[in-house]
Amino acid sequence: MLTAAGLAVLVSMALAILRGILGPGVYDRVLAMNMFGTKTVLLISIVALLYGRPDFLDLALAYALINFIGVLAVLQFVQNRDARRANKERRQRKGVSS
Amino acid sequence: MMTFFGFFTLTMVAVVAVATVVSSNLFVASMWFGIFSLLMASNFFILDAADVALTEAAVGAGVSTVLFMGALSLTADKESIRQGRRLLPIVVVAVVGLVLLIATLEQPRLGDPLAPVHQHVAPWYIEKTPEYINIPNIVTAILASFRGYDTMGEVLVIFTAGIGVLSVLSFKPKKRASISSEELGQAIRGLQHHAVLRVVGKLLIPVLLLFGLLVQFHGKYSPGGGFSAGALFAAAIMLYGILEGADRSAKAMPQKVMINLAALGCTIYTGVGVACMLLGHHFLDYNALWTDPQIAQYYGILMVEFGVGLTVTAVLIMIFNAIANRATY
Amino acid sequence: MILGLISDAMLATGAAFVVIGAFGVIRMPDLYTRMHASSVTETLGMLLVMVGLLLTQGWSLATFKLFAIAVFLLFTAPVASYAMANAALISGVKPKLAHENDQETLP
Repeated sequence: MLTAAGLAVLVSMALAILRGILGPGVYDRVLAMNMFGTKTVLLISIVALLYGRPDFLDLALAYALINFIGVLAVLQFVQNRDARRANKERRQRKGVSS
Repeated sequence: MMTFFGFFTLTMVAVVAVATVVSSNLFVASMWFGIFSLLMASNFFILDAADVALTEAAVGAGVSTVLFMGALSLTADKESIRQGRRLLPIVVVAVVGLVLLIATLEQPRLGDPLAPVHQHVAPWYIEKTPEYINIPNIVTAILASFRGYDTMGEVLVIFTAGIGVLSVLSFKPKKRASISSEELGQAIRGLQHHAVLRVVGKLLIPVLLLFGLLVQFHGKYSPGGGFSAGALFAAAIMLYGILEGADRSAKAMPQKVMINLAALGCTIYTGVGVACMLLGHHFLDYNALWTDPQIAQYYGILMVEFGVGLTVTAVLIMIFNAIANRATY
Repeated sequence: MILGLISDAMLATGAAFVVIGAFGVIRMPDLYTRMHASSVTETLGMLLVMVGLLLTQGWSLATFKLFAIAVFLLFTAPVASYAMANAALISGVKPKLAHENDQETLP
């Protein structure tokens, strides 16, 4: 049963990559990356118990905490870019005198 | 069954690698790179190399993505395509690739017990580690004690990389236009007006730091060690910087202090070696540190891993501060 | 024995939800609906799989670690979805609506 669950998670990872390849636009790919991250945590937990080495669960714990940071970095990048574009337009409207 | 899992993940690695190279939007390429790093971490895990998998996951999918996003905010979004065909690079890549493929045909099968790597060094390590060092995690024993010189080189390389990045990024750009402080503040203020993100993110920062401490000092008993712990500490500080603004994280962890801490980590490592010399033994021979050799090795590994963790943390935070605080407005 | 049966049932159901959510991500027509589909895998599917794994271990350190992993994923995955949806909305990705007239009433 653990093996079947592992296979199901692998199929889900493959489908996430497919969405990353297909997805028109950037945000579909960000969605694919986020989903891939949580599936990796599930896969590592299942494989750690399949191997009979429960002390390998530290990796899944570390990964569950770190997956969050990548998506937040994307959000901040988007906000920075939009703020910069708004600033540039405002400066261009005021003229090059500033 | 494990071979099937490994085969599946390796196929996905190939697909993701091609997708990374083909995509011309750099934002998308860094997303693919994060997925690639996760797949490699799963692969290492399936091959039973847990320490490497932990470090790869922490560095490749967490820290790397943040640094790429910071770098992308300083440059353009799309790759600039160079015109014209380039015959020489294609020929060189094809020849080198062919040579590598032919070389892999000569390798022994994966896991073959008669392979040379399993006949000479590996049984010696497995036999002698309980006798000389007596810690359960043989990887840490090899990394910190049997091959301590190599790890010293690695720490010095990380420190050099930090200095290299600082020498490139510390260049102060000319101010292009005078910007009011509230415009600047709004742009680099981070995610402050998202209350949900701030609350949940701030709950996670102490957990990450505590987990980093666990991984650092538990490296003798479970997968871990200085390198992964350093990446986890740095990830916690980067999370703070993303949530509250890069200037506040630079105030919390000032650049000068980080530079000194990185140097201190290297000094601790080499200092342990010099102390062993001063006590009459060879450089980095931990048996000098205490009367009972097994306890001496334990203390030596502890101090040396602490030096490694300190340097890795400080260098990663240094690089994050340098990239995230460059205003290009 | 019963615990083994319950654990198997939860693992099977959790795995089924994970696959269903992943198919949803492929088949849904729009970015925001795809995020709904992926959130199924990250909350319900993940919880069922983790509890199923917990029940195989009995009372040990591994149980506590699995519980901690489930709690952290439950905290961070929905917040990450919120962050993504917000970033997409700020960048101007519009949801695909049933009637074209509704597009004018969007903010």
